[in-house]
Amino acid sequence: MRRFLRPGHDPVRERLKRDLFQFNKTVEHGFPHQPSALGYSPFLRLMAIGTRSGAIKLYGAPGVEFMGLHEENNTVMQIHFIPDQCQLVTLLDDNSLHLWSLKQHSGASELQEEHRFTLKGPPGSPPSATQITAVLPHSSREVLYLGTESGNIFVAELPSFQVLEDRTITSEAVLQWVPEDYCNRRSCELEALREHPKAPDQILIGYSRGLIVLWDLQNNKATHHFLGSQQLENLYWQRDGSKFISCHYDGSYTQWPVSSDNRQPEPLENLVPYGPFPCKAISKIYWQTTKNGLPYIIFQGGMPRASYGDRHSISVVHGSQQTAFDFTSRVIDFFIIFSSEPTAEFDDPSAMVVLAEEELVVIDLKTAGWPAVHPPYLASLHCSAITCSHHVSNIPLKLWERIISAGSKQNIHYSNMPWPIDGGTNIAPDPPQRDLLLTGHEDGTVRFWDASGVCLHLLYKLSTVRVFLTDADPNDNMNTLGEDEWPPLRKVGTFDPYSDDPRLGIQKIFLCKYSGYLAVAGTAGQVLVMELNDEDAEHVVDHAEADLLQDQEGYRWKGHEKLKTRDGPVRFEAGFQPFVLVQCQPPAVVTSLALHSEWKLVAFGTSHGFGLFDHQQKRLVFVKCTLHPSDQLALEGPLSRVKSLKKSLRQSFRRIRRSRVSSRKRRGVSGNASEVQEANAKFDQDALQEMELAPVQRKIEARSAEDSFTGFVRTLYFADTFLRDTSRHCPSLWAGTNGGTVYAFCLRVPPAERRMDEPVRAEQAKEIQLMHRAPVVGILVLDGRSTPLPEPLEVAHDLSKSPDMQGSHQLLVVSEEQFKVFTLPKVSSKLKLKLTALEGCRVRKVTVANFGSCKTDDYSENDLAVLTNLGDVQIISLPFLKLQIRYPCIRKEDVSGIASCVFTKYGQGFYLISPSEFERFSLSTKWLVEPRCIVDVPEVTSNNHVHKKSGMENAARKSRSSGDYGEDERKSGRLMEHALLNDEKVLKEIQSTLEGGR
Amino acid sequence: EFRRFSLERSKPGKFEEFYGLLQHVHKIPNVDVLVGYTDIHGDLLPINNDDNYHKAVSTANPLLRIFIQRKEDADYSAFGTDTMTRKKNVLSNVLRPDNHKKKPHIVISMPQDFRPVSSIIDVDILPETHRRVRLYKYGTDKPLGFYIRDGSSVRVTPHGLEKVPGIFISRLVPGGLAQSTGLLAVNDEVLEVNGIEVSGKSLDQVTDMMIANSRNLIITVRPANQRNNVVRNSRTSGSSGQSTESSLPSSTPNILANFLQGEEESDEEDIIIEDSGEPQQIPKAAPTSESLESLTQIELLHESTQNGFLPSSEMNLNHSAGSISIECEVQDPEHKSLEEDGTIITL
Repeated sequence: MRRFLRPGHDPVRERLKRDLFQFNKTVEHGFPHQPSALGYSPFLRLMAIGTRSGAIKLYGAPGVEFMGLHEENNTVMQIHFIPDQCQLVTLLDDNSLHLWSLKQHSGASELQEEHRFTLKGPPGSPPSATQITAVLPHSSREVLYLGTESGNIFVAELPSFQVLEDRTITSEAVLQWVPEDYCNRRSCELEALREHPKAPDQILIGYSRGLIVLWDLQNNKATHHFLGSQQLENLYWQRDGSKFISCHYDGSYTQWPVSSDNRQPEPLENLVPYGPFPCKAISKIYWQTTKNGLPYIIFQGGMPRASYGDRHSISVVHGSQQTAFDFTSRVIDFFIIFSSEPTAEFDDPSAMVVLAEEELVVIDLKTAGWPAVHPPYLASLHCSAITCSHHVSNIPLKLWERIISAGSKQNIHYSNMPWPIDGGTNIAPDPPQRDLLLTGHEDGTVRFWDASGVCLHLLYKLSTVRVFLTDADPNDNMNTLGEDEWPPLRKVGTFDPYSDDPRLGIQKIFLCKYSGYLAVAGTAGQVLVMELNDEDAEHVVDHAEADLLQDQEGYRWKGHEKLKTRDGPVRFEAGFQPFVLVQCQPPAVVTSLALHSEWKLVAFGTSHGFGLFDHQQKRLVFVKCTLHPSDQLALEGPLSRVKSLKKSLRQSFRRIRRSRVSSRKRRGVSGNASEVQEANAKFDQDALQEMELAPVQRKIEARSAEDSFTGFVRTLYFADTFLRDTSRHCPSLWAGTNGGTVYAFCLRVPPAERRMDEPVRAEQAKEIQLMHRAPVVGILVLDGRSTPLPEPLEVAHDLSKSPDMQGSHQLLVVSEEQFKVFTLPKVSSKLKLKLTALEGCRVRKVTVANFGSCKTDDYSENDLAVLTNLGDVQIISLPFLKLQIRYPCIRKEDVSGIASCVFTKYGQGFYLISPSEFERFSLSTKWLVEPRCIVDVPEVTSNNHVHKKSGMENAARKSRSSGDYGEDERKSGRLMEHALLNDEKVLKEIQSTLEGGR
Repeated sequence: EFRRFSLERSKPGKFEEFYGLLQHVHKIPNVDVLVGYTDIHGDLLPINNDDNYHKAVSTANPLLRIFIQRKEDADYSAFGTDTMTRKKNVLSNVLRPDNHKKKPHIVISMPQDFRPVSSIIDVDILPETHRRVRLYKYGTDKPLGFYIRDGSSVRVTPHGLEKVPGIFISRLVPGGLAQSTGLLAVNDEVLEVNGIEVSGKSLDQVTDMMIANSRNLIITVRPANQRNNVVRNSRTSGSSGQSTESSLPSSTPNILANFLQGEEESDEEDIIIEDSGEPQQIPKAAPTSESLESLTQIELLHESTQNGFLPSSEMNLNHSAGSISIECEVQDPEHKSLEEDGTIITL
């Protein structure tokens, strides 16, 4: 009979499901994990970031972003935009080149990979012959110059990547122009290629040993050579082309003049900026001219080796001003935004954009003091590790504005400069509502993010540290340096992975969007209740202790101590200011938290029990110990540390052994002493045997009341419902534990006029023990219309229909294994869905979400959005508990991703794909936030257009030639190609028109 | 303490009623007792069901001597053949059990106290090479006591032999339920858990499924030792090799699912404590529209019961509403599954 009643055969429902549900991963928020390359197009005003996993991300004006992924998942080494084109070339660490294009498609631009190419040397040549070290996209947009480890420069035609062999510049050809005594030093590897800013047919070639040559492409000869004595790191042309600057491994830079009379000039200036002691390399340098004559010299590195060799710095020198910006993580690359108008006489740099390993920092070079610019995207979510997150949909405008104003007071040290990277146009519709994502961090801070749109933007940062006494004094600024400090280091950026005290970590957050009450709970059992205040204030935080063990005796807590509080009044800045602190005893991590802003109650739970605190009267209402008397593990300390540590140690040993085995194997192949090999083989065998003897096995045992951590409080829920009889409803508090127990407490909250006079009373009304004893992860009460009860104050703000208090209510208990509906007030079981028994997956996260139809505005329904331990997202209908749809979302191995997932009230969700990035996904057809933007195609001269077309044709032909086309056609294609590209006259003409166009 | 009362020989009624009567006349309504009688050979034999009750009544000549013992201090060894001849005075034995200081006998409880711990099921629909074992965890403190691991097994496919990953029993805990049944062994391949195939599922998934079903676990295994298989004549046409390669008969999941659902519900009653009172099992919410259907089924069942058994006794005034009491009986397995069908409909 069950068979026939299965869902999924009703065509009407099926159609409706299509209108309601749809799974999309829409956008990645935050900072790319492990960035490895940076590129910028002054023409498009777009920035590109490549990562070690082969992703490439383009950013322009806020909301303009594109993402691409190299199939190979190899590290992106270099990114170069093709001058004046919507194209860019990436070089991966497997030596492959990839051409990407921004193409318009149905009204929006898309990033697409067009070609890939790997440089191949003649047969038998060593890999270094073609290992690309430098890429120069020529301003003609037709060719790429590819410098290699062998010192040869190959020329590849764009966009086909066809190598024009007759134009290869070999190192021998170059060296014949260089004095012989210098040649002996075989300076081979190519370090830098730079096109002359004024004369496109001259390129500067820098070899790693220090030799620099100015090469005339037209006549195939070296016009100048510059004999550097130090290992070369990088080159930079001055704007007018009369001078260039080279930077070196020993921390020096050298200015070289370029004039027609001297073919082998001496350096104008040679300087070690942080000398005289040995310095680290200067890896990149800019020389920017200004109207007032004083140049900006900006270089990366160069710090004194002994005392500051570990700093990641970029120095800016402008006249007498000099600052060494000190980054907390390695600098990947940087670029300067300056006037790119060809007619402008000076560079006039406006901003410096630095990509560090963990954050993006932009420095305003126009404003005195060089303040940082607050980035509208690429926020470092992990500036302190994220420990929890909480999403609040549809924030009322009033609260939104107050949070923004509190945040703006924190951001006064930022520059007012508009965001300098502003290419492209955001054409996405305005976000439908104001959404907040709150992240709790290890250092005791809560960050408020604007999660309404594509750009996850920091609005406000709240710190709970001030309430407590910690080892580190917050006023102690490590960064204060005297006037005459040298080097003039200045710490920039927000990334700071070091936490003063892990007990400060935030574990649970609960924000009431109507009242502005915020409850925050942490690792050492601390629960803070806060109120939004628009002014700075100094006040005493009321302090209470909740002894969750009550009269249980003979237990000893072996975990961390509780946090010490600051005595006397504490000064708080405008924003959320704590007024109540409850500390749980023992100070175990808070595992669940609920706030009812209308009743002014906050409930909290740990592994020992739960408590209810009246934050109006500042009085503890009750505590309930949920601990099983025999559960020694939960008592002793921070969560099974001992157990899990043991386990992880064992695992890591196993891993080490395994990797050792494989590495030895590899070494064995290369051939050493046979003895060693034998020993290795024996070791391998032993290891294998051991692995076979002790395979991974799982114990099959029913859960029992005596299991550890059954008392761990997993969920808390406030509801106004029928707990005792059908005639009277009353406030109630529900708690669910790890051992499958649900407690219900009947609360008596005095009416508003006597709220301060009479105490809040609580009485245990029900205790439900689920026989399958799986952890309870969600509790929900459905009203007479089977609609979930509204949030507190939601009805008062006219944002929700008042719940149906006439019909009978139902209780939904979600355990990791089952969904169960019971009737209320007499508890009888009504419905259930056994997830684990049927599918072998367990519930990790569950939320009620509202799904609207994309077809009709007036239809919406509430369903459960569920994330399982296999990383699947499921939608389960209410109140009938029927599985609607299932999508794979997160890899099941990605435990931290699954643990970090939060659902929104409208069927979207976020989870961490790396410590610094949230992936946003949507289950709804109606609520979808994804980037939609357009990048205008640059104007191109007709001549160029023609040429580009011919190039395309060539490419098309080339790809076809491998097919079944006739030999004749192929030949003619080749001929055309050669005719076009080898005719210097044609080339020259094109170049001249290009220059004319600029 | 002796009581004497009469009983109509032609209409002895049911054992339950008789038991109630005994409790009534002894004024011990809430005490569990063992009932025994001496037969014509002088043996002390138990009365604990309708059959031996009827037997006792029919053999009474004319007096039926009945012995009643409190269950908790019952001496089971008193029952059996020749007990009366062996021990001349049974009464002294029975009434003063502390007197006899014999070596303790191995206690074998009464049949009604037995409770199944495991069974082999669905023998008729499974290939001979497979075994479907049911472990009854409820009501016992014994751990299930086994471990599973990943492994690989060889399957016969149209493309020849193929190695496929599988789940195997890796260890049995001594004294655990699994080991004590003798139906599962190390290296048995697990094919299904409660009617759901495990192929394609990870070890952790299968673990979770087994634990979720732990209170009534049904696992289908291919025993590592295939020598104990019962060769069935009805299946002689299909070689055992063939049945190995084919997956389980397609009809099984459904049959099993129905069967399972019914059985499963019974062990799953959650417990509620209201106002810190006594723990109670949570009842099922009253079935809604479907209740009629299940009621008629119960009626049918009642009729069949009446056909199969003797009609209820008239002398038993306490149980004049006997027909209702039959409905309440939970011991009839058929009855139970029907009742569960009723709740399945409400799902």
